[in-house]
Amino acid sequence: MSEGQPGEVLVVGADLAGAGRADLLLRDGRLADPATAGAGAERVDADGLVALPGLVDLHTHLRQPGREDAETVASGTSAAARGGFTAVLAMANTDPVTDTAEAAEHVARLGRREGHAQVVPVGAVSKGLAGAELAELGLMARSAAAVRVFSDDGHCVTDARLMRRALEYVRAFDGVVAQHAQDPRLAGRDACCHEGDLSGRLGLPGWPAAAESTVVARDVELARLTGSRVHVCHVSTAETVEVLRWAKGRGIDVTAEVAPHHLLLTTDEVAGYDPTYKVNPPLRPAEHVTVLREALADGTIDAVATDHAPHARHDKEHAFAEAAFGMLGLETALAVVLETLVLPGRLDWAGVAARMSTTPARIARLAGQGRPLALGEPATLTLVDPAARAVVDRAASASLSRNNPWHGRELPDPVVATFWAGRATYRRG
Amino acid sequence: MRHLLSAADLSLAETTRVLDLAEEMAQVQARPVKKLPALRGRTVVNLFFEDSTRTRSSFELAGKWLSADVINVSAKGSSVSKGESLRDTVLTVASMGVDALVIRHHASGAPGQVVGWFEASGIDAHVLNAGDGTHEHPTQALLDAFTLRRHFRRTEPDRDTFDGLVVAVVGDVTHSRVARSNVALLRTLGAEVVLVAPPTLMPSGVGSWPVATSTDLDEVLPEADAVMMLRVQRERMSGGYFPTPREYTVGYGLTRDRLARLRPGAAICHPGPMNRGLEISADAADAAGSLILEQVAAGVAVRMSVLYQLLGGEDLPTNRGDH
Amino acid sequence: MAETGTAASRLVMDADQIARACARMAHQVLEANRGAAGLVVLGIPTRGVALAERLAAAMTEVEGVPIPVGSLDITLYRDDLRRHPTRAVGRSRLPAGVDDAVVVLVDDVLFSGRTVRAALDALGDLGRPRAVRLAVLVDRGHRELPVRADHVGKNLPTRSDERVSVRLAEVDGVNEVTITAGPGESGDEPGRAS
Repeated sequence: MSEGQPGEVLVVGADLAGAGRADLLLRDGRLADPATAGAGAERVDADGLVALPGLVDLHTHLRQPGREDAETVASGTSAAARGGFTAVLAMANTDPVTDTAEAAEHVARLGRREGHAQVVPVGAVSKGLAGAELAELGLMARSAAAVRVFSDDGHCVTDARLMRRALEYVRAFDGVVAQHAQDPRLAGRDACCHEGDLSGRLGLPGWPAAAESTVVARDVELARLTGSRVHVCHVSTAETVEVLRWAKGRGIDVTAEVAPHHLLLTTDEVAGYDPTYKVNPPLRPAEHVTVLREALADGTIDAVATDHAPHARHDKEHAFAEAAFGMLGLETALAVVLETLVLPGRLDWAGVAARMSTTPARIARLAGQGRPLALGEPATLTLVDPAARAVVDRAASASLSRNNPWHGRELPDPVVATFWAGRATYRRG
Repeated sequence: MRHLLSAADLSLAETTRVLDLAEEMAQVQARPVKKLPALRGRTVVNLFFEDSTRTRSSFELAGKWLSADVINVSAKGSSVSKGESLRDTVLTVASMGVDALVIRHHASGAPGQVVGWFEASGIDAHVLNAGDGTHEHPTQALLDAFTLRRHFRRTEPDRDTFDGLVVAVVGDVTHSRVARSNVALLRTLGAEVVLVAPPTLMPSGVGSWPVATSTDLDEVLPEADAVMMLRVQRERMSGGYFPTPREYTVGYGLTRDRLARLRPGAAICHPGPMNRGLEISADAADAAGSLILEQVAAGVAVRMSVLYQLLGGEDLPTNRGDH
Repeated sequence: MAETGTAASRLVMDADQIARACARMAHQVLEANRGAAGLVVLGIPTRGVALAERLAAAMTEVEGVPIPVGSLDITLYRDDLRRHPTRAVGRSRLPAGVDDAVVVLVDDVLFSGRTVRAALDALGDLGRPRAVRLAVLVDRGHRELPVRADHVGKNLPTRSDERVSVRLAEVDGVNEVTITAGPGESGDEPGRAS
């Protein structure tokens, strides 16, 4: 699909991820010597803008196949491009589940045909996400979809033996298991509010922090046992961060991601029973938010991943305890990171590039993403205005869904343009 | 009062007003013509997502004795199972032109969410919470307060508040909306509240509630002016909250032996339905100090009072935040 | 007629005149009823109750037998409930059943007649009195319904925009009836039309 200008784009005077100002020439999908720019090149004045390698989202729900009323590959990746993303890993809990090579190739094909960003299917760990038998991990890896990240996200792989087998098995093709850490015996399907003062007062089933940290503790031990790498999805608690610090201190190959909503929103948002703020794992008290920010800044948490979870309106218009879990996140992720970490001076642009592009690309073993902004590299980058701000309007979203927890909030509005392999997938204005 | 969602929303003045009016309404129950014209022409819908013959009949009688038109809509099993959202269900009912929606739902917070949807759609109907999940059951707390106030006034006729009185609430507090509403209302009335339960049935964060807590019922009973026994569900055993019913009864049941530990004149309450022999012995349920039957009788009068407070005056324009 | 009070209000009955009016009405009730048999005296809150108690006490003294006295609150039977914010409801205390009784309704001021209409409706739901009589301290005219009092303490022609205030020792600490000129509510208690 061709979008944006075929032909050259000369970006003038951008700050290259904090490394200093330079010009960038995008030609034939790669970065070329700016001095060789042709007269017909489109000039983009990037004075005051920062150029980042295209952002990579390790955790997106595109809902296609199965719930095209909530989101499609087209609409989801359009939202991704608006958010500065050039690649998204599409979680496997679609309908049908992505647990075979055929299903994975179907999603990859959809991505190639209709995607405004690179779509990389995530394969299920277990057949049908049932947590009982391994899915065809090897076939998915060998397929044209080249699956490397496997996750039953939405469900926890609770069986220790199954988790061990999966961790061992994927080593053969440099894969990684990404765990949705939630012990169902401590936090069941009904659990929807951080277990604490508020859940007791509101009469909502509690989701204790220990339900997450105990699973992560077990999984890092399994990673140690098997010598494999393991990835932790959507870290939400200080307790889990403690486990991660311990594990990394022991040299265990564990990586972790945090979602933007866990960096800014607290459990207090739930006091009005508004299902917009219902998410799994749930929003936590402020003490946890503080620890998560520190952990992302110091690298204990390796990456930001949106867990973009679109839902049709009627799936959220239920009583809180019965409404669907999840929030939108692709379009606002960078804004939240800016607001919570960059503007307060806890993280610089090089740090943002690492946590939102380079490291996720490495975890997912994605060639062509998260590359340096240098001659010969792919022209896959995001131009960012650090100073722009706006009030979020959920109606002005590329997503088909409207479950946006940021609606009405004033946040940075950073993304100016997104380029994927030389073609502009998003331009502001 | 625009809506009644939570006992915690009621001030002492409002509570007293409701209870005083309930005294007047209670007289209607004894009359040959059980009718007052105050809500003539008003329409009240009982929208119950959970079974409850007792509460629903109580609301139905309350509305009818005030001359309102009352209909019952049983939504049990609808909404989620038929794919219709809760919002669609309540807006459909409200758009028929109802003045008040009495709603009982199995999910905490549902009535408050309904108010939000009504306000966003410009619907003026009043919302009355008849029990939402494990969150609140404000009319139950009001009828408990009504019953207790009458009881305390037998020895102290001028008593307007519960200052200086100790009320023990015993049992599955975690899963009890009756407990939450009662804690709020008893505190508003000035009572000292003690929660008694095994640790597994105490709510998380109870340390921040304005109550004392204890796991020893025998220690608390001699200090209590009233004991409110909560229903314990046998299903809680499958959640592993306590090992066996007999262990529960030995630790937390109001047995015949425990009756002797109560102060003379102490009241015994239970919101019903009772598990005789589990949380309350037959002896206790039928003891001289038992107010259980009075509680049942009080339900209609209290609900008449609440319906009048909500519907008995002029229609106010929809006012966000005015509940 | 003595003139006291503020420039805008004048006194129309003093404590003495009120006492004599009550005594006179008590005798009139007994005379019309040929004795105390079947009498139940019900005052309409708030000041009607105090007046009812005075009348009943006077009748009890004359007859030597206790005359049942109580209160009948009519708020829930008002025809204007929906025109005002929710009204507070007063106490109803029935000293005896009203079936086959001669109920004497007592109120302080008779004005539009709507309060009495509401009281008749309320009585109808309580039973079937043999007869209902009405005793009022002041009849100020301007009836909006076909209601008349059987026993009147004082007939007081008024303009409809004047305000008649009855104060009784049991409620207000003093005994007097005053008229205040100018725009205002009919009747003395806030928002209550008699």
